[in-house]
Amino acid sequence: MAEFGSEHLSETIDLRQADILARWVEAVAASSRGRITHSELTAELTPILEAIVAALGSGGRRTDGAGFAEVRALLAELSRSRARQGFSPTETATSVFALKQSILDSGASSTSTERLVEYLNLSRLLDELALFTFETYAEARDRIISQQAEEMLELSTPVVKLWQGIVAVPLVGTLDSARTQVVTEKLLQTLVDTGSEHAIIDITGVPAVDTQVAQHLLKTVVAARLMGADCIISGIRPQIAQTIVALGIEFGDIATKATLADALVLALRKSGVTRLDAAEAQ
Amino acid sequence: MDRVPILKLGRTLLVSIQIDLQDATALALQEDLSERIVATGARGVLIDISAVEIVDSFIGRMLSTIAAVSRVLDAETVVVGMRPAVAITLVELGLSLGGVRTALDVEKGLKLLAAAVETEPDELAGEAD
Repeated sequence: MAEFGSEHLSETIDLRQADILARWVEAVAASSRGRITHSELTAELTPILEAIVAALGSGGRRTDGAGFAEVRALLAELSRSRARQGFSPTETATSVFALKQSILDSGASSTSTERLVEYLNLSRLLDELALFTFETYAEARDRIISQQAEEMLELSTPVVKLWQGIVAVPLVGTLDSARTQVVTEKLLQTLVDTGSEHAIIDITGVPAVDTQVAQHLLKTVVAARLMGADCIISGIRPQIAQTIVALGIEFGDIATKATLADALVLALRKSGVTRLDAAEAQ
Repeated sequence: MDRVPILKLGRTLLVSIQIDLQDATALALQEDLSERIVATGARGVLIDISAVEIVDSFIGRMLSTIAAVSRVLDAETVVVGMRPAVAITLVELGLSLGGVRTALDVEKGLKLLAAAVETEPDELAGEAD
């Protein structure tokens, strides 16, 4: 099979590299709709084309072989940056596919049968590289998504100190097991760190309370109690109160309040702080 | 076998568990404690588990049992210093230690016991009048 080795074609590509690169940059720039400048693309694609030529020159026939290691590394970098910049999968894969057309247009392959076979071989290699690019792109996107979910989890569970010995957790968004666990751990740790005896869990921002969410809340409250802290649940909206009753959820002897302000007053009273009304204070 | 020391502090017995409890140690503690409550006439038992990192359902039940036994012997039990991870584990095991009082640390626990025991002389005084 040595007769259609990539030597001839790779030599020709090598010779016309500048022309091919210019065409390639032009094609990719057209598909990127002005989000990347020509100079940026040239800087990105030049090392890739050079690496491909080098890999073809060294007789590499398999894209997962050692000869293409550098090409793969460069393409992985390219697809990761594309994923971060918000390019679509098609646009990312086109970056590689466009090279085929560029090589064809530059006249590196003539119409002779031998050259055609060479070109088809090259085409297969480039297809594999494009698939690889696509896979890396998907991986990068997955990583970004899971990273963002993690950050959201961290962001969405602040524990705030309201008073000496009173902390509050304003919950915003849907509660699931993973989130409840983070909330519980964070709340309990804060109780230890600050020596607080009262905790207020505010569920004003929780869109819906079902049996599972209630179960999670109860677990958090019981865990806090085991540590010696008292929990108050506040921010129960009228509809949610009705849902809780309709579902038959029992909060038992856990104090519940309509607003965070009421809960704070209760917590203050329990911790022995006396409140002076404005009139009395004057 | 390790034994957990029981310290007398006024009318309170202080138990500080500094080791990971084995079942046998826990049972021995339960026996020792009930004997000491009777011997000293203690009104309160304070169990500090701040050094305990691992609990299982047996230890969880033991805490409940100690509290129940103490109550029969007219002493209040307060468990103090439970770690967050331990609290979460107990809840997941379905043990809520009903009837056991809890506090964040020894100081708050002693205050809680003092408040619980203090009310009684007043009641007696009330009856005497």
